[in-house]
Amino acid sequence: MKQNRRAVLKTGTALATLVSLGIVTAEQALAANRDAFAAKSLADALKAVGGQPATSDQVQIISPDIAENGAVVPVGAVSKIPNTSEIYLLVEKNPTPLAAAFMIPAGTEADVQTRLKMGQSTNVLAVVKADGKLYSAVKETKVTLGGCGG
Amino acid sequence: MADPMRIRANEAGGVTTVRVLMSHPMEPGTRRDASGNLVPAHYITDVVATHHGKEVLKAMWSGAVSQNPFLSFKFKGAAKGDKVVVKWTDNKGESRTDEATIA
Repeated sequence: MKQNRRAVLKTGTALATLVSLGIVTAEQALAANRDAFAAKSLADALKAVGGQPATSDQVQIISPDIAENGAVVPVGAVSKIPNTSEIYLLVEKNPTPLAAAFMIPAGTEADVQTRLKMGQSTNVLAVVKADGKLYSAVKETKVTLGGCGG
Repeated sequence: MADPMRIRANEAGGVTTVRVLMSHPMEPGTRRDASGNLVPAHYITDVVATHHGKEVLKAMWSGAVSQNPFLSFKFKGAAKGDKVVVKWTDNKGESRTDEATIA
């Protein structure tokens, strides 16, 4: 069991290294978007999404200050940036930070809401992609009761 | 077969707000049961919403989305009486499609 876990971690790190070396380009990583969900750290998840986003006040993250139940935390994102095509919701301290990705076709507003699980108090990030560029907003949510079970 | 989704769609001022409540366990695959065995992952990976055959939202989820997931989004270009179709697919290949009439 322990060994298995090690192997999984190794694979994840290897992939991240490949991305950072530019052997696997960000575009390829995006094409295999599912990989982003396997990323084990926020940095890796952002890399898989397409890079380091710029903080923007045009992106709004909706997440409570205090969540009593980490299993059901209402989280949403609104982007006022024109041509927003993708919205990602990330929970920094979850085992796999990328929680959800939304593809926004033309005609659909960049305004989504869902409910996420959080294991502990953490930063919640909304990353949006508009015209190929990434923008983000962060909010800290304190979790009273973790939602990952155990 | 999973329980039906509850979908509400309301049009106001040219913008349609769609709210969906799905019925799904959303097991992330990291939880252990009472005897210490991992509970196998079972969660929705893809959600697609369409209006008149045109995609209005596509979502990809991980196991970090809560049990019985809730989703809300807004889109333009629909009229009252139109239908919105929502389909989800989970990591076991199960899927469910439901539709609602825009009010």
